[in-house]
Amino acid sequence: MGLSIALTVNGAPHRVELEDPRVTLLDLLRERLHLTGTKKGCDRGQCGACTVLLDGRRTNACLALVAAHDGADVLTIEGLASGGELHPVQAAFIAHDALQCGFCTPGQIMSAVGLIAEGHAGNDPERVREGMSGNLCRCGAYAGITEAVLDAQGRLARGSEAA
Amino acid sequence: MSDIALTSAPAHLRHGSSIGQPLTRRDGPLKVTGEARYAADNHPPGMLFAVLAVSTVARGRVLGFDLAAAKGHPGVVEVMTPVNRPPLAGDPDGKESPFAFRMDVLQNDRVRYPQQPVAVVIAETLEAATEGAALLAPRYEAEPARVGLDGAEPFAPKVVGAGNPASARHGDVESGLRAASHRLEATYETPAQYHNAMEPHAIVAAWDGDTLSIDTPSQGMALTQARIAGLFGIPPAGITIRSPFLGGGFGSKGLLNGPQVLGILAARLVGRPVKLVLRREQMYGPVGHRAPTRQTIRMGTDAGGAFTAIANQARTATSTFDDFIEPAADVAHALYATPALLTGHDAVRLDTGTPMFMRAPGEAPGSIALESAVDEMAEACGMDPLAFRLKNYAEVEPSSGRPFSSKALRECYAQGAERFGWSRRPLAPRRMRDEAGLLVGWGMGTAIFPALMFAGHARAVLKADGTGVVETGAHDMGQGAWTALAQIAADGLGLPLDRIEFRSGHSALPDAGLAGGSAHTATAGVAIDRAGADAIAKLAGLATRDRRSPLFGAGNAGVVARDGRLHRRDDEARSEGYADILARAGLGEIEGRGTGAADPAAQAAFAMHAHGAVFAEVKVDPEFGQVRCTRLVGAFAAGRVVNPRMVRSQYKGGMVWGVSFALHEQAVTDGRTGRVMNANLAEYHVPVNADVPSLEAILVHEHDPHVNPLGIKGVGEIAITGTAGAVANAVWHATGVRCRHFPIGLEQLIGV
Ligand code: FES
Ligand code: FES
Repeated sequence: MGLSIALTVNGAPHRVELEDPRVTLLDLLRERLHLTGTKKGCDRGQCGACTVLLDGRRTNACLALVAAHDGADVLTIEGLASGGELHPVQAAFIAHDALQCGFCTPGQIMSAVGLIAEGHAGNDPERVREGMSGNLCRCGAYAGITEAVLDAQGRLARGSEAA
Repeated sequence: MSDIALTSAPAHLRHGSSIGQPLTRRDGPLKVTGEARYAADNHPPGMLFAVLAVSTVARGRVLGFDLAAAKGHPGVVEVMTPVNRPPLAGDPDGKESPFAFRMDVLQNDRVRYPQQPVAVVIAETLEAATEGAALLAPRYEAEPARVGLDGAEPFAPKVVGAGNPASARHGDVESGLRAASHRLEATYETPAQYHNAMEPHAIVAAWDGDTLSIDTPSQGMALTQARIAGLFGIPPAGITIRSPFLGGGFGSKGLLNGPQVLGILAARLVGRPVKLVLRREQMYGPVGHRAPTRQTIRMGTDAGGAFTAIANQARTATSTFDDFIEPAADVAHALYATPALLTGHDAVRLDTGTPMFMRAPGEAPGSIALESAVDEMAEACGMDPLAFRLKNYAEVEPSSGRPFSSKALRECYAQGAERFGWSRRPLAPRRMRDEAGLLVGWGMGTAIFPALMFAGHARAVLKADGTGVVETGAHDMGQGAWTALAQIAADGLGLPLDRIEFRSGHSALPDAGLAGGSAHTATAGVAIDRAGADAIAKLAGLATRDRRSPLFGAGNAGVVARDGRLHRRDDEARSEGYADILARAGLGEIEGRGTGAADPAAQAAFAMHAHGAVFAEVKVDPEFGQVRCTRLVGAFAAGRVVNPRMVRSQYKGGMVWGVSFALHEQAVTDGRTGRVMNANLAEYHVPVNADVPSLEAILVHEHDPHVNPLGIKGVGEIAITGTAGAVANAVWHATGVRCRHFPIGLEQLIGV
């Protein structure tokens, strides 16, 4: 069966011809569009390594079938920095050493961007930890991750006040 | 070790300012933008996808497959089984060295553990290969699985861990126990654990004739290259391994494993590049785990709380076909002063994949048992756990009598206790509650890990433009090798960091040694430092022998290398830039080589360990028994700190593993089938962010003139030790219940 799917990925329109309805958004990104920044840690929605923003919402890309998302807008880690300038969350991850091996990092960062946009966590560390708990980090970089999210959250909040 | 001895009286000093700086990760920008390329991110032209079919039984034989169904699935290109698997020159069941583990690469139809690869499906797409593997539906002749620490007749192993004696004795434990005023005998159980690096094991393999190119995460490229060469009967030089980034290793990516070989074989079979990535559940078989342990600890003290004897007899498990014996009892060898010490191990053979080195192998399960027992002993003596540990402070290594090369453990205890507020701890359990009525407990543990070194090599080049290139095939699993080793490299050449290029993560570079045993920074670091010294010595030779150089004749006085210039040691105003020296000599570059390895003389003279003290707070719900570790303070002394930011992260990561050991992770094996029932990240619990609310790691100053020329000890594993026991002891302090089975779950605490 052939499926023709339209997607916007990191702002660029894509038309994907799928011969196979089983393709997940994660495998599409990684294996067909060669956007390998998004990682596969479990392929079943248990680790968060594949987190992307799908129509603005944090989503485990391994659980999203491409066929079910015709017309969707996808933001991946590759689309976050603008014009060579790191997104505040990316910069904060470096500054707070919120990563070690870096494998969970794209998912953590996309999740953090989503969390901040959701606006529920504010500057409460406990809520940030809770809101980031869908993203496993086996290296145990959690303390830095929490600091980085709080720091970026503050920067973004100040930035939008100033604007 | 003549080239290490050289450092004690260097003719040429090198000054740099990079070591010790809390630099951010040099690979950080790549990792936060998704640009860092991990093995499975590669996609050479013409690449096919390979997916393993794995056994669903623990023991038996594969009788057959539904090959027609798998091959008939659209997109499936080939199915590799023992029948058509390309031949190997070497024996995958051979045991050339203790670091060569037996592997299952379709050499026959035998099944010896669950999740063992039994076939490989190769297809045009990942979806087709996955479906093809499911369609294979292997038929088995199954035999009953041998499961659990009582599941087979125990045997006495000859060696444990990486080759240590299986038992050790000093003094007379039995008479020490008889003479004791306080005695303890208790048995502690730790579960099987799986490394579960976030990055699944992966390989992208491409053949070109008899040369092989692979992308695979490796903690030991040189050993991997050599083993592949032996198995395939090709020269090591014809094998290129790229491993610039590992998505975590923790010991499970140290040595070549079966799935990597299957990826290479699959590429051979189809004559095209192949990518093979393990599914998460497939990581619970052929790529190692930490074996379960049952440790029976006996201790005695005199009336004043000083040990009269410590004994630990540990039972563990290995596979039916290979040996890795978790050296759990050995952590007692170096920790507490005692006139009598006895450790021993036995093991059973089970139908599992072979266990393997896993972050702090031996030390982690050994530490939680020992630190728990020490806490129980302190309670029996009516002493504060810190006072008890100080009372039994080892001034020399108890098992050997050797002095320590350095040991700032007292400072760790003091700084950690101060920061945590330990002095306010009530002695008795169940005395603290929080505002919500939760039971609050405080516990502590001592951390220890040996300062090891392997052998590693490096090359340093000074170029005509005055910049440097430093190369070593090191492995960055997340510990920060790209950054810390570059800092050492810059100082080694007397150059600022931005004027050197550091190359790593590739098998064509000098062998940096295995990234394991927390030994990589010391091993590769010393090699890099020596290579820099060698290059500087050659450069100094050029200058001091050249009449036209302001350094002429300074040969005996020596020079100081700093910021890209050599200065006369006795008159620093006289100096010359590297580029000028090379230009005058008409040289495009000058090369230095260096080796890092342990110094046997220093090792014979000194016991070398990193130490630390960890303090934990837990809160326990008195009705539901739910435990949360709410606060951890660790203070660690591990010699010279190359990069405090990254060292702190290593400690915090280790502390998270300690919490995990005490409260979260375990593989649960089905007693009927021998299969791990929770082979996934939802049911195999590892801590999430909310599980570790407050972590603090204190770096305690320690100068070690003996451990190696750079004074570096490892930091990657130590923090699991100490932490796990501290958390368990805090649970007792909160509840009054001694939990001796780990992880501690609410079933042990409900209604306390
Ligand atoms: S890969 Fe999607 S949640 Fe783990
Ligand atoms: S940084 Fe390694 S898993 Fe998070």
